[in-house]
Amino acid sequence: MSTMTMGKALNSGLRTVLDNDPKTILMGQDIGKLGGVFRITDGLQKDFGSARVVDAPLGEAGIIGTAIGLALRGFRPVCEIQFDGFVFPAFDQITTMLAKMHYRSAGKLRLPITIRIPYGGGIGAVEHHSESPESYFIHTAGLKVVTPSTPADAFAMIQQSVTSDDPIIFLEPKRRYWDKGEIVEDSNDWSALHSARVVREGTDATVAAYGPMVKTSLQAADAAASEGRNVEVIDLRTLAPLDLEPVFTSVRKTGRLIVVHEAPMTLGLGAEISARVTQECFYSLEAPVLRVTGFDTPYPAARVEETYLPDLDRVLDAVDRSFDY
Amino acid sequence: MSEFEMVQLLSPTGERVHHGDYDVDFNDEEYRGLYRDLVMIRRFDAEATALQRQGELGLWAPLLGQEAAQIGAGRALAPQDMAFPTYREHGVAFCRGVDLVQVLSMFRCVDLGAWNPAEHNMHLYTIVIGDQTLHATGYAMGVAKDGAIGSASGTATMAFLGDGATSEGAVNEALVWAGVFEAPLVFFCQNNQYAISESTDHQTRVPLAGRAPGFGIPGIRVDGNDVLASYAVTKAALDRARMGEGPSFIEAFTYRMGAHTTSDDPTRYREGSEVDAWKAKDPISRYRAFLTNNGLADEDFFDQIDAEAEANAIAARTACLALPDPAPLSLFDNVYANGSPPLERQRDEFAAYLDSFADTEEAAK
Ligand SMILES: Cc1ncc(C[n+]2csc(CCOP(=O)(O)OP(=O)(O)O)c2C)c(N)n1
Repeated sequence: MSTMTMGKALNSGLRTVLDNDPKTILMGQDIGKLGGVFRITDGLQKDFGSARVVDAPLGEAGIIGTAIGLALRGFRPVCEIQFDGFVFPAFDQITTMLAKMHYRSAGKLRLPITIRIPYGGGIGAVEHHSESPESYFIHTAGLKVVTPSTPADAFAMIQQSVTSDDPIIFLEPKRRYWDKGEIVEDSNDWSALHSARVVREGTDATVAAYGPMVKTSLQAADAAASEGRNVEVIDLRTLAPLDLEPVFTSVRKTGRLIVVHEAPMTLGLGAEISARVTQECFYSLEAPVLRVTGFDTPYPAARVEETYLPDLDRVLDAVDRSFDY
Repeated sequence: MSEFEMVQLLSPTGERVHHGDYDVDFNDEEYRGLYRDLVMIRRFDAEATALQRQGELGLWAPLLGQEAAQIGAGRALAPQDMAFPTYREHGVAFCRGVDLVQVLSMFRCVDLGAWNPAEHNMHLYTIVIGDQTLHATGYAMGVAKDGAIGSASGTATMAFLGDGATSEGAVNEALVWAGVFEAPLVFFCQNNQYAISESTDHQTRVPLAGRAPGFGIPGIRVDGNDVLASYAVTKAALDRARMGEGPSFIEAFTYRMGAHTTSDDPTRYREGSEVDAWKAKDPISRYRAFLTNNGLADEDFFDQIDAEAEANAIAARTACLALPDPAPLSLFDNVYANGSPPLERQRDEFAAYLDSFADTEEAAK
């Protein structure tokens, strides 16, 4: 057992997969000598060589497109996109090629590619460095999308993603890179990759969140407790495929659901969850499913990002509104 | 890669070099003006770097070392010409008359781009690598469709980009389009030897200027630390564009003396000796030596420019620190030119939510 940051946990997880499988390779901008702009791949090129930890030319379509070719040749590429806002030059390769290859080959081809993307806001960055593009990928059949919220999950989920045979968009909540947690390095007694988890038990209302918003939701639950409300918090962990059974179970108990994410509201994951919960738990609901999300605007200048981003107060307000019904 | 011919009009020690194809015909005043530009922008850049270190900017992309490339290119632009910058073209912004506080405001994260592009014929900064080269190409195609080329008063367009950017698909498409449509455009590529940590050999095995002919575009390499050569080569390319003779690609061979941005640590990927070697080719000391040796300026002049640059930097700092934070509800503004009722509703609901705090604060009093 050791205590480490999420960034270090990812680094350890990547080191393990590189150690375990000579066909696993890392590709991305500045991931070698520099160790990535967030140092997630720090020291890996030194230890595994520049043929396995590749400083790629500055082209995202090139990174993902060649990863597809490498995968067709039996490699297991792990690609880093430097920031959320820079994945779009590769959007075509990801959504029209990577996502569909298994399907259109009638199962003959597999593309075990993991695409790591630091995402989300809250770090006071300039434009294109704070976005939450998950819906585009969730909406694309053939891609799986996961996001850890703790160092322990980051450590486990990066290894599970790299060893999976499906293409996986691995979203890293960049503002939580420096948060510390306990991890057990020599165990792989992990939750299934595509499973949600109750991270705080409660009886009065359910808050479902993922990635950076899990911590915010837990803080809101603590604050609600001091007002006498017992809020259950669920970390979704996997966004595609969604594991909603724990949410249904919870909502049948609490009767109230609030979904929290940084991404804009319209057609965000909250919309899907709301529809499914309404369908499955209609008679248990005491109030409509509420959403606390980013607004339907571009990500604003960082000096107003605290206004844009869901925070403890907005989650609490939604809990109150749920009870006001 | 360094075998490629490089146009130079000033040696690193400031000797005037003769070149068969390129020359400048400045008067004394204009020669001194270029020096002022170089010093003003370097001093401003240092102030911005300091502001970032003090937590007053979210980020800063320093231009240290690239002053001559940018001032040469920026001064070669005619008023009617249009420039499409990356995020590092502070020297060009200065030449285009953009208030440097408006350059700082984006890095202070109070806005996403402050100046009015139409007022300065300079587009907003683009952070997504390479995207602006296609915009520049399209703009230049529009200029040609408007018939605004074919004479000495024609309009040229300039696309700025870095060495790393040449790997992006968008840039390669821009080169294709510009070549096919003979767009009145100049690609001005500052090869500052790095894309963050990656040296230029991560992007190409041939000189960047040598790539352009494959797209049907003449490529030329210029000493980017030589303000006279940068000016002369850019001026010639712009004139070619404005006369309707087609696009050009300029590789300004220079060096990023500082960090990529203030969140970068260059000691991880380059040797101090390399930086020192480039220091000996510094664009400003070279030009100052040239002015001194030719009796174009004296110590008094240099002191006076230093004082002006100092005052300008301090004024920019003061104005930067006084920039107001955006009003919370302003984040809903300007999403659509013709508005969106659902978004207005979202804003109103949020305004009511914010007001509820005002009420509780009121009640607590
Ligand atoms: C599409 C895209 N990918 C990645 C980045 C992150 N990034 C910012 S600057 C940079 C390097 C750019 O290098 P170069 O084009 O040589 O310009 P320089 O910064 O050296 O002026 C990278 C990779 C980005 N801004 N846009």
